Amino acid sequence: MHDKPLFMTYSRGDVANFVVLMALAFAVVPLMIETDYWYSSILIPWLCLALAAIGQQFVMGYAGQLALGAAGFMAAGAFACYNIELRIPWMPFPLSLLFSGLIAAAFGVLFGLPSLRVRGIYLMVATLASQFFIIWMIDKFGWFKNYDSSGIITAQDIVIAGRSFTSPMEMYLVVAVVVTVLTILAVNMTRGSVGRNWMAVRDMDIAAESMGISLLRAKLQAFALSAFYCGVAGALFAFTYLKSLEPVAFDIKLSFQILFMVILGGLGTINGAFIGAGFILLFPVVLNTVGNAWFHGMIDATIISAIEQVVFGALIIVFLIYEPLGIAKLWENLKSRLFSRRPVAEAAAAKQEPAG
Amino acid sequence: MTQARNFPIGGPILEVENISLSFGGVKAITDTSFKVLMHEIRAIIGPNGAGKSSLLNCINGIYKPQQGRISFKGEVLDRISPNIVARKGISRTFQNLALFKRMSVIDNILVGRRLHMGANFLQIAFQTPAATREERENRERCEEIVEFLEIESIRDTPVGKLPYGLQKKVELGRALATEADMLLLDEPMAGMNVEEKREMCRFILKVNDELGTTMVLIEHDMGVVMDISDNVVVLDYGKIIADGPPEAVRTNQDVIDAYLGVAHD
Amino acid sequence: MTEILFFFEVVLAGMLAGTMYSLVALGFVLIYKASATFNFAQGAMVFFAVLSFVGFMELGLPFALAFVVTVFLMIAVGYATERLVLEPLMSQSEDTMLMATIGLAFVLQGLAQAVWGVEVRRLDLGIGDFPIPWVAENLGLFVSALDVAAGVVAAVLIVILALLFRFTKMGLGLRAVADDPGAAASIGIPLKTIMLMVWSAAGIVALVAGMLWGARAGVQFALVDLALKALPVLIIGGFSSIPGAIVGGLIIGVVEKTLEVYVGPFFGGGIEGWAPYVLAIFFLLWRPEGLFGEKIIRRV
Repeated sequence: MHDKPLFMTYSRGDVANFVVLMALAFAVVPLMIETDYWYSSILIPWLCLALAAIGQQFVMGYAGQLALGAAGFMAAGAFACYNIELRIPWMPFPLSLLFSGLIAAAFGVLFGLPSLRVRGIYLMVATLASQFFIIWMIDKFGWFKNYDSSGIITAQDIVIAGRSFTSPMEMYLVVAVVVTVLTILAVNMTRGSVGRNWMAVRDMDIAAESMGISLLRAKLQAFALSAFYCGVAGALFAFTYLKSLEPVAFDIKLSFQILFMVILGGLGTINGAFIGAGFILLFPVVLNTVGNAWFHGMIDATIISAIEQVVFGALIIVFLIYEPLGIAKLWENLKSRLFSRRPVAEAAAAKQEPAG
Repeated sequence: MTQARNFPIGGPILEVENISLSFGGVKAITDTSFKVLMHEIRAIIGPNGAGKSSLLNCINGIYKPQQGRISFKGEVLDRISPNIVARKGISRTFQNLALFKRMSVIDNILVGRRLHMGANFLQIAFQTPAATREERENRERCEEIVEFLEIESIRDTPVGKLPYGLQKKVELGRALATEADMLLLDEPMAGMNVEEKREMCRFILKVNDELGTTMVLIEHDMGVVMDISDNVVVLDYGKIIADGPPEAVRTNQDVIDAYLGVAHD
Repeated sequence: MTEILFFFEVVLAGMLAGTMYSLVALGFVLIYKASATFNFAQGAMVFFAVLSFVGFMELGLPFALAFVVTVFLMIAVGYATERLVLEPLMSQSEDTMLMATIGLAFVLQGLAQAVWGVEVRRLDLGIGDFPIPWVAENLGLFVSALDVAAGVVAAVLIVILALLFRFTKMGLGLRAVADDPGAAASIGIPLKTIMLMVWSAAGIVALVAGMLWGARAGVQFALVDLALKALPVLIIGGFSSIPGAIVGGLIIGVVEKTLEVYVGPFFGGGIEGWAPYVLAIFFLLWRPEGLFGEKIIRRV
């Protein structure tokens, strides 16, 4: 932890992790995985939801504001992107994404306003308003859906610099690049004074204010950035995973899922967002496979989804009781246990260092 | 206190004029006025519930007094929030500890540098040279404070896991990091043993001497108060009953009746 | 004249629907008063209770027996919650408790569906959801019999609970616990018994609310989302006030009905889905402690 920074504020370990992850994401995965299923059913939704979970982390894990409306902001981003692509055809896709995020961020600020006066369940109800209002608005005003009456609109193809990205692997690469860039920015912010200010507000707001932090600015910033990340995630989710736009895909259930991702993954960590998203996404797949293997399809899919709810709910309770910092913390503990198997001399030397 | 100081005591820096504060009909402070002088160490003493902490909370902008006014460096602090008071140059510690429990010691102290860090979120997100330089410089400053307070061994520990005395020290460190002109210290030595108190006094005197920081501190230990303060304000039932140098206050009959004779010594 | 009558009908229907929100909110208030815990799972308890009740009836139990069995089941749920969720998290922050009850909500609604299945059930309480003929003929008002029954049941429950709170030893203990759990325990008030009583009472209220909702809209998962509207009700009324839950419910019921009838058509309807929440935001900005809640003074 006491590492000297190797590159900007990053230690040797951070840089090594980054290189390995990049090699995995952009070399190993595209070269090794050929089946579309892995891209379109696992990797793409995982990355999209992880991005939304990072947004949820900003507002809840870092700034400590109990918000429950991530899916609403995702919907805002998704439909913003659809309309920008539809109405401004010359707009490059990356810019469409950027503007989608900004539009979602505007909603984030609007519905984050109550956080200046209330917290806890009060704030949760206020953010629920955003969830229901945004979905309703998109649903009832035909303009947002280009007056499509079928209810399901096909998303436009992703075209960047004249090249269209339509195969699952191509779409995966688009998502991976966006998620990589936004994750780096998120890590920079959360490790820097932006994140420190948020955490200070979370841990003791009056002291934070006495140190010169403006609660108004810190909270609205968290809501805006959170909604920005959710908005971009929603646009990617619609364009690369759903390949269609329908408001019901972004209902309250998805907001709860994203909430669970950050609680189980580990509040206040960026890797917790990825771990949590992976867990929430993969667990049902595993449960389904196991259910089918053991009971040969005799169990109804609806029953399996009910069991899933029980397991997620129970895990939330168990983690809150035994490890409030989530799976990310379990992973840390596992790593440090593995480290303690280093050669004896090295371990002894490490012991000399006080509490490092 | 007799030797020459680097920063001799000057004119008033903080003026509290006729402050009254009540909570739903219960009076906490009644028509209170006093002045704090530039570069001095000013103690506020008084029995429990005398309104000492409420007074600090008024100066700091957490409570809004119903009457009266407070001015700092000649500027009236009117209906403003703690973060604006902080910007004017007043920092503080809290009676019951108000640290950021899940953050490490060094991060807590870094939050104290808030007003010395101007980079916006985009500069930080993209790690512009200005942002990284600012972060590095402020970290160095905080490392100095960690060294000064002799808490290097706990710099990466989450403060929630530290014993009370150390937390008090970290909170002082955070207040020092602000480099404010005036520090409000609310019982900085509560719950400490003699040894720890002596150490804390040393830090307070050193900071006052080296940086000229004006200190307003609430303390119960009369020995400490007499030792380190230049002037003492005595509060009882939300009213000032004495104000002056320690020796004068010690012999003041009202003070002896209200406080010294009964509760202590 | 008919327009005014129609307006009365709308308001009345809103008020009567509102009492159903009040019932859900009531369970919330009970638990909040006793333990300062926001029980997000109250809505899931409504669903769990009524689905179990219908399930027991499907197993062949007569109405009354099914009711009694479900009451005992809800007491068991309360006991398990107290032991497995609340006790281990006793000293944790409000937000942590709230998140835990969100987890509890998912456990309960998942469990109910896993055991009883997901298909929509009809529940016949013997009271029709149609206008009362006598009232329709003589006053020209179309008021649903079920709504009126719900209103009466809610009123009776509220009176009973208010009396219990005021005049029984348990109620006194409960108020002491709400004030200061530590002090209450130290003077010999059995904290655990009180908690169990409160959770059981909340469970029974949930069952009654679920039966009334179920008779109207069918026993189905959508009840959970409907019950979510108890949250804005609580914000308007205040989390710690029984009268607040009632008035809040009425306000939400009337506002969402009138908005839906008079403003809804311009937007293609569906306003009731979000109107209560937006109304709650305005209340939050204007009076965060709710109409009947105690003013919160934060001391440092």
